[in-house]
Amino acid sequence: MRIELTPRTSVSPVARALAPVAAFITSFLIAGFVIWLMGRSPIDAFDVYVLQPLSDPWSLQELLVKATPLALIAIGLSYCFRASLWNIGAEGQYVMGAIFGSWLALKTHGTDAGTWVLPLMLILGVIGGALYGLIPAFLKTRFGVNEILTSLMLVYVAQLTLDYLARGPWRDPKGFNFPQSVTFDTAATVPPILEAGRVHYGFVFALIAVAVTAVVLGRTLFGYRLKLTGDAPRAARFAGFSSKATVMAVFAISGGLAGLAGITEVSGQIGQIQPSISPGYGFTAITVAFLGRLNPIGILVAALVVALTFIGGESAQIMLKLPLDLTQAFQGILLLCVLAADALVSNRIRLVARGGGK
Amino acid sequence: MKADVSSSGPPLVELIRISKRYGDLLANDGIDLSIEPGEIHALLGENGAGKSTLVKILYGVIEPSAGEIRWEGRPVSIGSPVEARTLGLGMVFQHFSLFEEMTVAENIAVALSGEWSLANVRNRLSEISRTYGLALDADRAVWTLSAGERQRIEIVRCLLQNPRLLILDEPTSVLTPQEAEHLFVTLDKLSAEGCSILYISHKLEEVRRLCRRATILRAGRVVATIDPRASTAREIAALMVGNEVGDIRTDAPHTPQGEVLRVRNLDMPPVGLHGQALKDINLVVRAGEVVGIAGVAGNGQSELFAALSGERLAERNDAITIAGKPSGGMGIEARRRLSAAFVPEERLGHAAAPTHRLSENTLISHASTEVRSGFILLNAAKRLARTIIKSFDVRTPEGDPQARKLSGGNLQKFVIGREIIRKPKLLIVDQPTWGVDAGAARLIRQSLVDLARDGSAVLVVSQDLDELFEVADQMAVIHQGMLSPQKPIGEWTKEAIGLEMLGVAQAQGGAHAD
Repeated sequence: MRIELTPRTSVSPVARALAPVAAFITSFLIAGFVIWLMGRSPIDAFDVYVLQPLSDPWSLQELLVKATPLALIAIGLSYCFRASLWNIGAEGQYVMGAIFGSWLALKTHGTDAGTWVLPLMLILGVIGGALYGLIPAFLKTRFGVNEILTSLMLVYVAQLTLDYLARGPWRDPKGFNFPQSVTFDTAATVPPILEAGRVHYGFVFALIAVAVTAVVLGRTLFGYRLKLTGDAPRAARFAGFSSKATVMAVFAISGGLAGLAGITEVSGQIGQIQPSISPGYGFTAITVAFLGRLNPIGILVAALVVALTFIGGESAQIMLKLPLDLTQAFQGILLLCVLAADALVSNRIRLVARGGGK
Repeated sequence: MKADVSSSGPPLVELIRISKRYGDLLANDGIDLSIEPGEIHALLGENGAGKSTLVKILYGVIEPSAGEIRWEGRPVSIGSPVEARTLGLGMVFQHFSLFEEMTVAENIAVALSGEWSLANVRNRLSEISRTYGLALDADRAVWTLSAGERQRIEIVRCLLQNPRLLILDEPTSVLTPQEAEHLFVTLDKLSAEGCSILYISHKLEEVRRLCRRATILRAGRVVATIDPRASTAREIAALMVGNEVGDIRTDAPHTPQGEVLRVRNLDMPPVGLHGQALKDINLVVRAGEVVGIAGVAGNGQSELFAALSGERLAERNDAITIAGKPSGGMGIEARRRLSAAFVPEERLGHAAAPTHRLSENTLISHASTEVRSGFILLNAAKRLARTIIKSFDVRTPEGDPQARKLSGGNLQKFVIGREIIRKPKLLIVDQPTWGVDAGAARLIRQSLVDLARDGSAVLVVSQDLDELFEVADQMAVIHQGMLSPQKPIGEWTKEAIGLEMLGVAQAQGGAHAD
């Protein structure tokens, strides 16, 4: 027996639209089975994972808060992935953006510097992330170094730099030796959208990024250039597009957006510098980008879905004593199901008996 | 059922009512075909006629939707190429699958099953080489070999397994006329020994040279089984295309005017380990004429195209002059702005992006007119695609399909139309009708000639000598990155070209004697 995939000649748009829904249901069934094997009720788990977060206003806000960095980073990554360039170091660019922006917050701390602090911090965050993203881009275009390796390794450099700053020069002298900085001033804090709400303006940045990207990728020569570079690199060269310029541009964009996510998270959510400022947003965003099929709207939806698994996972840990690792496993199952559903929509599957007729 | 009564036993292989359906497309529609032992049987047809589908079914690569295969009268099912080989089928594909860095013997050993030792292979190799005149040095690395020699490896690889039926897919497309003749002698010998051969081609002359029976496919069906020696090339072509094939009109007054392209002492280092360097290329193309460049594949044609198009830049700016402007250092977009247009050899992936729609594919060379301040004018792109489709008779499955959904000939018409519609002063085409059906080839050649007659300069790089004799006013031959002197087409004979292709003429001329 072997399994054969043959491409379908025509793909129905209905099937393509329903594919993610089917993928979702399938991944819930698989996860439910795993939970049942662990001796818990899958129905309770579904309630805790999905229904409760979606019916509680506090967790709904939390959902948007968690989706914000995921969406920002994944949108940036979609520029790279469209062009078949594999930036997997968004986590490092996120951290570097946070470091660049926080430098200004700490410099102006305790002074009565005005409203210009926050915008400048955000710009510094973008610059920090973009510059950090340009390192693998430069190494690739100048020396031909594989960007997957360099971008990934630079994550650890960024994380350790942050760790050093939080424990060393930037530590709050009055902080009882805890490895964290002073709390940012109000002038250095991204304000909440609603007074006393949890959702900050970072979410608006994410929406803007989605809208701009939808236009750039769908309507501009630059977006076409990325698609062409990714789908047919020789045709891109034939069209006269320089591949070096493309590499630099997409790494700067995705690094910049990851940096923006980093600084908004630190100044809007955490409020200070700590040794760790991310539960792995930069890596999870890779999943989000592909869950959203590299489409801006899709990425926004995917970011919300993945944020839900984060929140649901936390409550499941508390209420059902399910391990937090299960959340990551579920994110993995979900991604595999979506990719499989896409493959099945565009291909026909067939079992072929081996060696018939002998 | 029609059994072949003329022969004593059953046919070696018999395909009965073979059909293959892909969705709505019937690639093979009830095909009957039988091959006698020792027969050289031709399978003729345009691209997209269903030849490759049929052969893949026979070789076990794909499964038929309906129909039966009989081997020596017994029904068999061929589930994979391994089963096909066990049965006694061997296949030489159009594109070789060889490891460049490995030697001839190693390449053969790798493809055979475990019981063959390298020493064993070497012995059998020299035996087969002697018997069939397939000269091969077992210890040469493949990357040092010509296309003809590489093909010999593939053939020997099949012969080592003592096949009863050898399938060859367009075997002469990479050979010089002399190498092709050599291959025919080998095939005759094999056939005399009782090995059947299924010979797939669209070159009528060689089919008439080799075969006594030919099955002609059109649109997935058998239209005729004929004796190719009893019909004229024109009759066979008409059967393949479905209507009479006309000649190219070249009678319009021909008066070349000013130089549009001049290449002066162009040198270019090779790209990568096995690339071909360009050495001291000199070339002139004037407005109103078609200049042809002949040569066997892999002698620097694609390198020359890259240098002329600006995909690779020349070291000296004055090595290439387009429309009077030194442009050796200009990129491809800058050269397009000098009213130059280019069509590379590879349709899918180079000239066009396979998964992009035709309208999007127009952007590749029309960015200057279809983009305003960074934004794509989608309607302009769609309109242009429609115009090209209409003016160049591009048959499409839907209004604005993805490039990969077009057949080779139709995509080539689109890609060439996309450039001609710009009314360029200079058009450079690499292999304009490679793997294209006769009808599309005629339309393409005619439009190249028409463009020149309208006052443009046209440079055609091609491996197809008949094509060059049909369209070119001037011709030169490229061999190992060097270009022969350029002469009017009337001063060339096929023999002289063959000698230039092999580099013999240059050696005799003393220019590159060592």
